[in-house]
Amino acid sequence: MSLPARVVTLLVAFLAVAAGAAFIVVHFFLGSPPTVDYSTGVSADTGATVHVVLQEDPQNTVSTHPDWVSYFVQDPKTHAWIHTTLFKVPAGSKIDVTIYGYDGCTPLRNPYFGKVTGTIGQVEYVNGKPYSQLNSWSACHVAHTFSIPGINLNVPMASPDLSATLCGTSPCTTASPHETVTFSFMSPRTTGDYFWQCRVPCGGGFIDGFGGPMQTIGFMTGNMEVVS
Amino acid sequence: MAIETQPDRAQGAGGGAPLGGPAPRPWWRRPAIHTAIIGAVIGYTLGHLLGDWLTGATGATNQYPNIALSDSEDWPIVLGYLLAIVGWLAGLGVFNDLVRQITGRPPAIANGLPEHETSGLARYFRYSLDHKVVGIQYLVGMIIYFCTAGLFAMAIRTELLSPVHHVFTSQVYVEIVGEHGTMMMMLMSSVILGPFGNYLIPLMIGAKRVAFPRVEALSFWLTPMAFIILLSGLLLGGFPFGWTGYAPLSIQSTVGADSYAVAFGLMGVSMILAGFNIIVTVICYRAPGMRWSRLPAFVWAMVTTSFLMVLAAPVLVGGMYMLLMDRTAQTAFFEDSLGGSSYLYENLFWFFGHPEVYILALPGFGIVSEIIPVMCRKPLFAYKVMAAGMIGVGLLSFFVWQHHLFDSGINPDMRPLFMVTTELISIPTGFIYLVALGTFWKAKIRFSVPMLFALAMYFNFLIGGVSGVFLSDVPADTTEHGSFFVMAHFHYTIMGGLIFAFMAGIYYWLPKMTGIKLNQTLGKWQFWIMFIGFNSTFLPLFAVGMAGQPRRVFEYASNLTGLNDWVSISSFVLGGSILLFVINFVWSTVIVREREEGNPWNSRGLEWQIASPPPAGNFDRVPVVLSGPYDYGVKDAQPVADLHPPAGVLAAAIAQAAPVQAEA
Amino acid sequence: MAASVADDVQGPASGGPNHGLRIFLIWLPIAVAADLLLYFVYGPHMPPGQMSNSAASQQFDIKVMSVLAAPIMAFVLIGMGYSLIVWRHREGDDEDGPPIFGHTRIQATWITVSAVVVLFLASFGTYELAWPAFAGAGSGEGPSPIWTPKGGTPVQIQVIGQQWRWTYRYPQFGGFETTALEIPVNVPVQFNVTSLDVIHDFWAYQLGVKADANPGVNNVAYTTAKQLGKFVVRCDELCGLWHAAMVNYGEVVTLSAFKSWAAKTNVQLAAVTKMLPPYATTYDPTVVPQINKAMVKAGIAGANGYYYPPNDPVQP
Repeated sequence: MSLPARVVTLLVAFLAVAAGAAFIVVHFFLGSPPTVDYSTGVSADTGATVHVVLQEDPQNTVSTHPDWVSYFVQDPKTHAWIHTTLFKVPAGSKIDVTIYGYDGCTPLRNPYFGKVTGTIGQVEYVNGKPYSQLNSWSACHVAHTFSIPGINLNVPMASPDLSATLCGTSPCTTASPHETVTFSFMSPRTTGDYFWQCRVPCGGGFIDGFGGPMQTIGFMTGNMEVVS
Repeated sequence: MAIETQPDRAQGAGGGAPLGGPAPRPWWRRPAIHTAIIGAVIGYTLGHLLGDWLTGATGATNQYPNIALSDSEDWPIVLGYLLAIVGWLAGLGVFNDLVRQITGRPPAIANGLPEHETSGLARYFRYSLDHKVVGIQYLVGMIIYFCTAGLFAMAIRTELLSPVHHVFTSQVYVEIVGEHGTMMMMLMSSVILGPFGNYLIPLMIGAKRVAFPRVEALSFWLTPMAFIILLSGLLLGGFPFGWTGYAPLSIQSTVGADSYAVAFGLMGVSMILAGFNIIVTVICYRAPGMRWSRLPAFVWAMVTTSFLMVLAAPVLVGGMYMLLMDRTAQTAFFEDSLGGSSYLYENLFWFFGHPEVYILALPGFGIVSEIIPVMCRKPLFAYKVMAAGMIGVGLLSFFVWQHHLFDSGINPDMRPLFMVTTELISIPTGFIYLVALGTFWKAKIRFSVPMLFALAMYFNFLIGGVSGVFLSDVPADTTEHGSFFVMAHFHYTIMGGLIFAFMAGIYYWLPKMTGIKLNQTLGKWQFWIMFIGFNSTFLPLFAVGMAGQPRRVFEYASNLTGLNDWVSISSFVLGGSILLFVINFVWSTVIVREREEGNPWNSRGLEWQIASPPPAGNFDRVPVVLSGPYDYGVKDAQPVADLHPPAGVLAAAIAQAAPVQAEA
Repeated sequence: MAASVADDVQGPASGGPNHGLRIFLIWLPIAVAADLLLYFVYGPHMPPGQMSNSAASQQFDIKVMSVLAAPIMAFVLIGMGYSLIVWRHREGDDEDGPPIFGHTRIQATWITVSAVVVLFLASFGTYELAWPAFAGAGSGEGPSPIWTPKGGTPVQIQVIGQQWRWTYRYPQFGGFETTALEIPVNVPVQFNVTSLDVIHDFWAYQLGVKADANPGVNNVAYTTAKQLGKFVVRCDELCGLWHAAMVNYGEVVTLSAFKSWAAKTNVQLAAVTKMLPPYATTYDPTVVPQINKAMVKAGIAGANGYYYPPNDPVQP
């Protein structure tokens, strides 16, 4: 091959490789589900309360893994349900959380995590009644947990009992059988990322129930970003 | 040979076959990489469909209820990969000769078909049976794999710039860590044996070919498939368990883990094939006079490496197979609650894994021991000790694997035993330093670019090897295991040892392999930036590990931020030096193409006594070897070989081989 | 090849400087200085510190190894450096070097010295493991440990690894489970490390304790804390998505403070302890006998993820 032909081939090859690498980085490495922002207009100074609303579903019918259980987060302005597990809250504020539990029960691998920790009053309210722990082995009580280990928060989600016909399409509406769990906690003063996870082995079809949705951001685990 | 009723060419004299054989087909109709890709795509599709049918996704009785729950398509993906491999090989024409022989037709070579031409660029994209072509294919492939895995490493260090600000999500980070580690560990095992072993061994032993050219070419063509399968794991969501793949996490993972198991198992097969070919070639194809005591150090290293490959890689393939069975067929090899054991995987993996790291280390020893006599103009000091050291390392490497499992809950009285064997293996490993110090003694040392890289290899491996002694000690290992100390240790031995030796080998042997020299000024720049960047990157990691930072984490103690930032910036410099190497390599071989014929290093090696690049049959006649390759400074030394022995001398040499000659 | 002993190797008899002596004289002060610095100046600050007897024994071990490693590395580096400077190629000199193929005495000395050093290190390491005062140097010894601390029953703390949090159970104080780790000072502590799902690794850095957590296996590690204060616990074996975040802090307190904390916590967590399975060295949540009958009838026999079909036999 002549010199100009070699130079041109080299340039084309280099550009192809660079483009391929850039594509891989952007598409596979930098993509992530959207973050729902609960912190606009609220900060520690205003003393306002942030109201985070989530739901957990027995399937999600909106992703490439429709049979995976999943959380949804409600956008505070539009009240639409977004398929994500990432949200932002202001630092040092009181966070009121409401979670609609549509999924059925699964026993915890470690029933210790049926105990409520880290909330204001060390209780959670299931349909209005306070509980300090839920026993996932003695009856069909617990579907998931909402746990933020970084602030020692652990809240088991109550589930509809065995007789209920669970909701079939996601995001579910309150017409389907569900339990409503509410609790409050103080968001930490230090800003940063605080990951949260579910502790119930609800990744069906995976060993120990901890694969699949349990290890994929956007389904049963996510991030609470605390901003100032 | 089929009888041609309407031959399209004149018959040969006496009513023989048509002259000249069938007409050569156009390049796009001959099997090459493009038909291989088509074959792979077809194979994957067939496999995926077969898997879908097997697991009842198409409506047949669903044997695998967990698939409905988990949306995991392990069967389709694994079968897809396996049939893709078959399709890839079929598209390359690997099975053509086999089918020809089964159906009673002579294979391609015997027919004189122009399947294996000896010049032109196209042969590098085909299933070539010339070991020199395979060597060049391996060289380009290995550089591509190394650079891809290196880019993943750059991403890791970018994430580790800060313990609190995250560039990637935790999920992506652990994927990147796994891809980097697996790509390096599985593909770099052939980084020297593939290019240099395959290319140079016949030249160094005086052979015109390797023992099994088809096996050798097959071992190469499996590597791009392994590389692509591993990369395709990213499409499937990656795998979150690093290169070690410990069960049960690897069973718990989503479909990305299948790409890991198939790719790694495939590379294991490639290793077995490559090693097997080298062993038989060296045992059976040495020229007359090439005694074991005259064998170049590099060939000794390749032979011991090949034995390790052949004996250890089957265990890996078995382990990966069991992992795939657990992930697809619902067996329970590694699942404790059903009678399996997570320790089974750990032991299977490390029984391969430890010889694997010596597969990575020994070729480095071979290259530097080969280069220093040439650059010092002195014989290799203590040749027998060097050979004994390599054999000792190879042998002992099978008896030390439990040192990866000291804290895992294995039988506690096994640990002093493995501590002893691991400490013992440092004795033969140290022999290369005896050999080097003896060779440098009163020498005339030339600081050419290959010599610089070889010297750096000694420096780096010293640090890596001594830190290995720290790790072999069980109490010290209690703090160091699983931390960045281990990371620094193996990067020093593998990258500081193997990759620096690889660079030395490229600068030394590229004139031989291509007849083109690399730019020496750029080479020196690359060396110094790489050496300083490498040490600056990995030396602080010993401290980072001892300070308590585990491996594979994206969050670390904030007081280690300074050290991590220093390491990350240095790693970008190191990456820059590799880029400089790629630029030098591509610029010199594609654009400038400055000729370098002859023997630029004035080496006595047999491979340097023929033209660069060598002709198709390597030697016109099988040479008779007259003396060792390291007889520098010997008065009236014999030339290393007689390249044109007179007729009859071969028979005489064989007859003469019976009486043992006194040898200097 | 028989070793041909060239005069050039011997050196001084044939005239010219004694290179071997020179190298030795350069090496000696450097090796001595390095050893003194390593042992006395850096030594007391070497990781992992002296917060427990395990950590102290590891620190001593690392000190001894450093003191041995430094002279060896110095010898190799000085030998090479000297050679590269003194015997570098001079312009115009195209002669080969002297044909030295080997030197039996030097080879034998090298092999012997390296063997002695290595075997010493192996025995020293075994001593550090087996001596009762060190009791296994903090490493996980599996379900049947052979190096145990002498003198009385150790305080038993079960470390349960699960994705992605450590919890701790205190069987001698009522079997309560908590995410807080407190251990008493100057009392032998026995960590029983196990896992509920995948392989984790319990690494208490300042205590010098490291033990893999395998499912269904009890991995025992011993230590005796010597100083009060906080220590960090990290997971050291990649266990999935949030492996890096599996961190908590533990605290070493006085024995009386420990006992009162344990008694108080046991009372506080009494309701939680009733939910837990009885204390055992390993747990299998896959099939749980205590699960409610209605759940069993519905096919929810345990927390197994439904990977294996229901008709697969359980632990044979």
